[in-house]
Amino acid sequence: MDAVSIHSRLREKFADRIVSVEEAVKDPFTVVEASAIVDVCSFLRDEAELQFDVLCNQTGVDYKAAGYIEVVYHLYSYSHRHYVILKVRVPRDAAVLASVEGVWKAANWLEREIFDLLGVHFTGHSDLRRLLMPEDWVGYPLRKDFVEPAEYHGISTTRESLLR
Amino acid sequence: MSVAGFEVEVDRGSGLETEEMTLNMGPQHPSTHGVLRFVVKADGEVMRRAIPDVGYLHRSIEKIAEKVGYHGFMPYTDRVDYVAAMFCNQGWGMVTEKLADIEVPKRGEYCRVIAAELNRIASHLLSVGTLILDIGAITPFFHAFREREKINDLLEELCGARLTYNYMRIGGVAWDLPPGYEDKVLAFLAQLDPMLDEHCDLVAANTIFRGRCAKVATISAKQAIAYNLVGPNLRACGVRYDVRRDEPYSVYPELEFDVPVGTGSAGEVGDSFDRYWVRVLEIRESIKILRQCFRQIPDGPVVAKVARKLKPPEGDAHIRVESARGDMGWYAVSDGTEFPYRCKVRTGSFAAMSIIEELSPGLMLADLVTVIASLDIVAPEVDR
Repeated sequence: MDAVSIHSRLREKFADRIVSVEEAVKDPFTVVEASAIVDVCSFLRDEAELQFDVLCNQTGVDYKAAGYIEVVYHLYSYSHRHYVILKVRVPRDAAVLASVEGVWKAANWLEREIFDLLGVHFTGHSDLRRLLMPEDWVGYPLRKDFVEPAEYHGISTTRESLLR
Repeated sequence: MSVAGFEVEVDRGSGLETEEMTLNMGPQHPSTHGVLRFVVKADGEVMRRAIPDVGYLHRSIEKIAEKVGYHGFMPYTDRVDYVAAMFCNQGWGMVTEKLADIEVPKRGEYCRVIAAELNRIASHLLSVGTLILDIGAITPFFHAFREREKINDLLEELCGARLTYNYMRIGGVAWDLPPGYEDKVLAFLAQLDPMLDEHCDLVAANTIFRGRCAKVATISAKQAIAYNLVGPNLRACGVRYDVRRDEPYSVYPELEFDVPVGTGSAGEVGDSFDRYWVRVLEIRESIKILRQCFRQIPDGPVVAKVARKLKPPEGDAHIRVESARGDMGWYAVSDGTEFPYRCKVRTGSFAAMSIIEELSPGLMLADLVTVIASLDIVAPEVDR
């Protein structure tokens, strides 16, 4: 199925919980209401015609000027060989979103990474710990307003130039 | 009780279990192929759980992308996966070309495929060689590395570097093939074929090796898809899917090759032996592809004209490359300036690493190294 017909299936099923659909761009995508993400994902996975059995990629992007963090889901179906891209927007100051770990196991680590680097809290996640940064790190490095601390446990984050 | 950030509970059963041990493996351990740590909870020699702890090689490559611009980021992509850097080059090239609507000249695409397939052979040789080494056999490791050295020489002649190539550019490749390159590569391939036969006689038919790999850490196709395992790890589970064939990019539609899958020839489909065997078969396919490339490569320029200060229009793009460790997803967002707004790489090792915790219960402690090596985990690719 192409993006247009997948989008119309989603609209049919979820009506106003689908915020908008963008088809005139390189990778067409659907913007889904934050509260509907788990329902939409379960539907996409279980519907016989769609069968999105794999979560290829899950990314967080901080749109500071617009005041939200966008979580992007790239889904693929091995059985039907088609794609769909979902986007969810959550406010930067209250970045909370339901976890899709129950739908695809791959979301476990991908969501941990987004939590670690962008500070999106995934409710219902089984093990929401930092993944890449140290456990005691303060702040979310991929947020656009992150300021690098001058030192970490006495280790300076800057160094003198060796060229004088 | 808390050990290194993990809660440890002491389980005193009435049967034959002993007190649970919490063992630390890594981050500096020869079999972890990089800097990688496990906290293993074991009952004697049987693992109850192996908890991966990653992040030791986190160099914030995605953040660097936001600071250095599109062209400047190319050498950094080498460090995403330094065992198979060509694919990272290609991924970044392709995602930027999609954002900025750049077309790569045909000869440039062929140069990319030649470099990438040579790199795939090198990476698979490393994977296969170290798997055998980790299990305890030394000689085949040297055989594999001897051949890999020859590829390093070939790639050095092509781009001047043996590991972090920085060969590709947005819009093509940096340099055309050097004079006489075809003969050198074909001569190398001609002697790689019999070497692989020798390798199979020595290793794949070896009872001890088969015993250590067959039916160890079997992954079902369903499980593999749920965890988004990709590339040889997925194909070993019997799923015939290869981005090169199923979502073709570059010049792969013009090339003929098979997609080998695991058949359970030593034990069951999706075990460690299948993961090893699929890689050996893929080396043969890469040889086939390389020979076709040299027959078909057209004349012409190798790189398109691209602005020095590249400013792709606003928008985002996602592409997939079949790297040596499987489907590598590159996602980039442009805000219309000369710096990427966001770049994200989803790698094969990342998914492979996340499945280990589920595979580990009931495995022998010594099999953990088999699992790591057979999944071909390269630590920098997990952390980026």
